[in-house]
Amino acid sequence: MAAIEVHNLSKCYGGVRALDSVSFAVERGELFGLIGPDGAGKTTLFRLLATLLNADEGVATVDGFDIKSDYRAIRSRVGYMPGRFSLYPDLSVEENLRFFAALFGVTIEESYDLIAPIYKQIEPFRTRRAGKLSGGMKQKLALSCALIHRPSVLFLDEPTTGVDAVSRSEFWDMLAGLKKRGITILVSTPYMDEASRCDRIALCNEGHILGIDTPEGIVRGFDKKLYGIGAKNMYALLERARRADGVEDCYPFGEKHHLVADEGFDKGRFKALLSDVEGLEIVEAEPTIEDMFIKLMKR
Amino acid sequence: MTDIVISVRDLTKRFGDFTAVDRISFDVLRGEIFGFLGANGAGKTTAMRMLCGLSYPTSGSGTVAGYDVMREGEKIKHHIGYMSQRFSLYNDLTVWENMRLFAGIYGLTKRETEERAAELLDRLNFSSERNTLVGSLPLGWKQKLSFAIATIHRPEVVFLDEPTGGVDPVTRRQFWEMIYEAAEAGTTIFVTTHYMDEAEYCSRVSIMVDGQVRALDTPARLKQQFSAESMDEVFRTLARGAQRGE
Repeated sequence: MAAIEVHNLSKCYGGVRALDSVSFAVERGELFGLIGPDGAGKTTLFRLLATLLNADEGVATVDGFDIKSDYRAIRSRVGYMPGRFSLYPDLSVEENLRFFAALFGVTIEESYDLIAPIYKQIEPFRTRRAGKLSGGMKQKLALSCALIHRPSVLFLDEPTTGVDAVSRSEFWDMLAGLKKRGITILVSTPYMDEASRCDRIALCNEGHILGIDTPEGIVRGFDKKLYGIGAKNMYALLERARRADGVEDCYPFGEKHHLVADEGFDKGRFKALLSDVEGLEIVEAEPTIEDMFIKLMKR
Repeated sequence: MTDIVISVRDLTKRFGDFTAVDRISFDVLRGEIFGFLGANGAGKTTAMRMLCGLSYPTSGSGTVAGYDVMREGEKIKHHIGYMSQRFSLYNDLTVWENMRLFAGIYGLTKRETEERAAELLDRLNFSSERNTLVGSLPLGWKQKLSFAIATIHRPEVVFLDEPTGGVDPVTRRQFWEMIYEAAEAGTTIFVTTHYMDEAEYCSRVSIMVDGQVRALDTPARLKQQFSAESMDEVFRTLARGAQRGE
């Protein structure tokens, strides 16, 4: 039995369909990513699976238990780290951890081996009030608290949002360590470049899942030829490239623009047409998760 | 009119024993898209607050939009535009009401407001949405409007603080095209972001580490200087050397 199974789950707030008939399954021990922007329905999905909200339609199980009828069993088995910091700012680091341990009827000592790789980094500050911690330290404390009862499934709602590139990468290293301990992890992120750290991902947008696969599988689904183009004036290049024959789409992509070619595209003809553009460059490019996301969003 | 819109020398901010910003110096030229990067805790926010006239430096000197950062914070506030992380207009006011509100705050006369609003609505192709509630607009439109309103008083420089956090990849790119367009038209842009691909869209990028500006150049030259393939790599190389946490 899969660790998480979701069938046609829907949730409306007033007239807004936050989650629209979503289905997927997460295997035991899998690191599964929900990749998508604000408004994709990621937080709603976590709240439903963590049994904090009831679904309007559909069914789901977590660790084999139904999210509606078996909510008590689920709550003792999952660790949930919400997007907004939700520990007690007036309690110290250690008091927060002890408090969550007590709620679940365990002790810090019993779970120390599991949380140690993360908790050790903030242990020197164990008497500091949680509200006085830096962003990265708060995040480590929140993760330690979410793990204190040795959950079988971990829900992490945008743990890396607003965090700089180096700290984000360190956080994913911690998740890789937890995965090795056999914990199933469902994690959401708006950063497309983090997708490659997951076993499988679901691309989410406006309450829908646009696609589910391994990161490599998602990229393989990009069935058009992709080029990277550059010039001295990148903004002017964008306008020109979009008007050229055989160009399905062209958008900024870091150092170069990405040009999605359709059947009618010819590299030689494109270069000839834009021969007056100063510093024109065109090279073949490998599609990324973000290219696929853009393609699926525009479809 | 000078071509230097922001010029600071040895700008420093101390809180007790802690030096949040440590003698930073740079110039931002008219029409530039200036990327202001740094790890969490590097001092970016403190530096931004000083440049926006929200906090006075402990020492150093400089001007923003022609006003003294040491003494004329209020004047700076009137002559810059600011768009904070995410969306900051009023959802339960219409497009026009939001424009009128912000124009009023910046002291535009009724006539100036009418003229400027008409001009912005026309440029955004938004004239038909004048009386639409902002809350009912799609995200991409809201962001465009937000940026337009940040420029309603024709500021010399617009500060954008993580304008694209959590925004979908398509809307994020539309937003950057709008920035390109504004910069082409001569508006100076000062922008922070956590998306390293966006650093590539800037004319020049500065990277703060431990309160200091450790690198400042065009993305191409920075990559050359650090023998890096991407701005992400440049950033990681510098941020990994950080001594202090957040």
